[in-house]
Amino acid sequence: MKKYVSVTAKFDEDGNLLPLTINWNDGRKFNIDKITDIRFASSLKSGGTGMRYTCSIANHTRYLYLEDNRWFIEST
Amino acid sequence: MIILRTILHSDCNGFYASVESLLHPELRGKPLAVAGDAENRHGIILAKNEEAKKYGVKTGEAIWIAKKKCPELQISEPHFDQYMRYSKLTKQMYAEYTDRVESFGLDEAWLDVTGNNRSGYEIAREIKERVKYELGITVSIGVSFNKIFAKLGSDYKKPDAITKIDFEGKDSYKTKIWQLPCEDLLYVGRATKKKLHTMGIYTIGDIAVTHVNILKSNLGKWGETLHSFANGLDSSPVAQFDQRPDVKSIGNSTTTPRDLCNYEDTKMIIHILCDSVSRRLRESGFRAGTVTISVRDKELFSFTRQGQLKNFSNHTKDIRDKALELFRNNYSFKKPVRSLGVSVSKLIADSAPLQLSFFEREDKHIREENLDKALDGLKNRFGSFAVRPAFLMKDVNLSLINPKDDHIIHPVGYF
Repeated sequence: MKKYVSVTAKFDEDGNLLPLTINWNDGRKFNIDKITDIRFASSLKSGGTGMRYTCSIANHTRYLYLEDNRWFIEST
Repeated sequence: MIILRTILHSDCNGFYASVESLLHPELRGKPLAVAGDAENRHGIILAKNEEAKKYGVKTGEAIWIAKKKCPELQISEPHFDQYMRYSKLTKQMYAEYTDRVESFGLDEAWLDVTGNNRSGYEIAREIKERVKYELGITVSIGVSFNKIFAKLGSDYKKPDAITKIDFEGKDSYKTKIWQLPCEDLLYVGRATKKKLHTMGIYTIGDIAVTHVNILKSNLGKWGETLHSFANGLDSSPVAQFDQRPDVKSIGNSTTTPRDLCNYEDTKMIIHILCDSVSRRLRESGFRAGTVTISVRDKELFSFTRQGQLKNFSNHTKDIRDKALELFRNNYSFKKPVRSLGVSVSKLIADSAPLQLSFFEREDKHIREENLDKALDGLKNRFGSFAVRPAFLMKDVNLSLINPKDDHIIHPVGYF
């Protein structure tokens, strides 16, 4: 399933866009501790295509996609 | 020594259906077809995936026939905005390899990678893998030394495959292409195939070894073109990326929500089509000299007729009057009409000087031109249905088609 999420992100001085936190709709916030990979990829699981950020969140690795200015995650 | 080019032709397999099954994971692995709206009688299969192909579902057939072959067939309505997006993403990826990327419709493109330090096959393999990984759809790619053979190569093995067609060696065009039936060659359609068969020509190899004069006397100048295609002599260049092709004609056609039985009905549809065509003509900054109509009756017999305008024009009224005249002179309503099309050609820029007529009231023409401009402004702001002639209200169901905004993808030709 494709789940669109609210994300707080920053642009650095080189123009790179980096997500910082994922803001869940119940108010919880998940900090992104580390981004290990950024590449263009499709998500066969949730059905979408965009810039894929491989994020480390509380010791779990999760993909966060930016598709046409909307962020989504693959939810089960 | 002959210097050979390296040309790739990349073809997205079952493009519409692939994009749909990527966007809807729940449909993946099931037979799936993209089809038009059956209620408005556009219910034909536009594309199908590999699973549906196994059941013999064909592009262009009615939904109910496809369902008969494959009862569990999933039907999805088309999402053209998504197809455009994925098409753009593939073209952007191709442009990373060469500045010569020429689109052939939404899902196909030629790439000229001559002079790259990697072989065409290696580049093709990388593109194929990247499209699969980054975009989630599959392509088949033909690698050859001209555009025609590259295109044949991409059809040779599908899906997710690469076919190499060389000038010589084990993958030479003589061994791979010449045994294929003649209709596999670009521009050999039903009529040409029939003609070739009566000449005893069945394969592409047969075309290649037949003397060019024999082909020419039977097929006209196309004979020469096909002969050079079959012999690998096509030298047409791959256009630059972003180089917009010259527009040669602008047209719209529609299958109407119900059959048209009288002149009043057709007048409505022709008006709507001409309104869309002339608006597009004005938007693109052209005037046209020729109007063509195409008519298809209930039994799917179709014909086209064309006529010249008195003067180059982009007025809705001029184009509509010509189209109606062509229709009136060539159709007698023995059978109801199922679909209608209007197109204009012989285009010139609207800034080009125009010879005014000595006998006609040109000031009236200018007033009409201003009226068209005012209506365009209203329609752009408030939608295509904002201002309409009263006679269209006679049958709202019939006149509620909007060819200008509904049809965003237009077919293209090789020449």
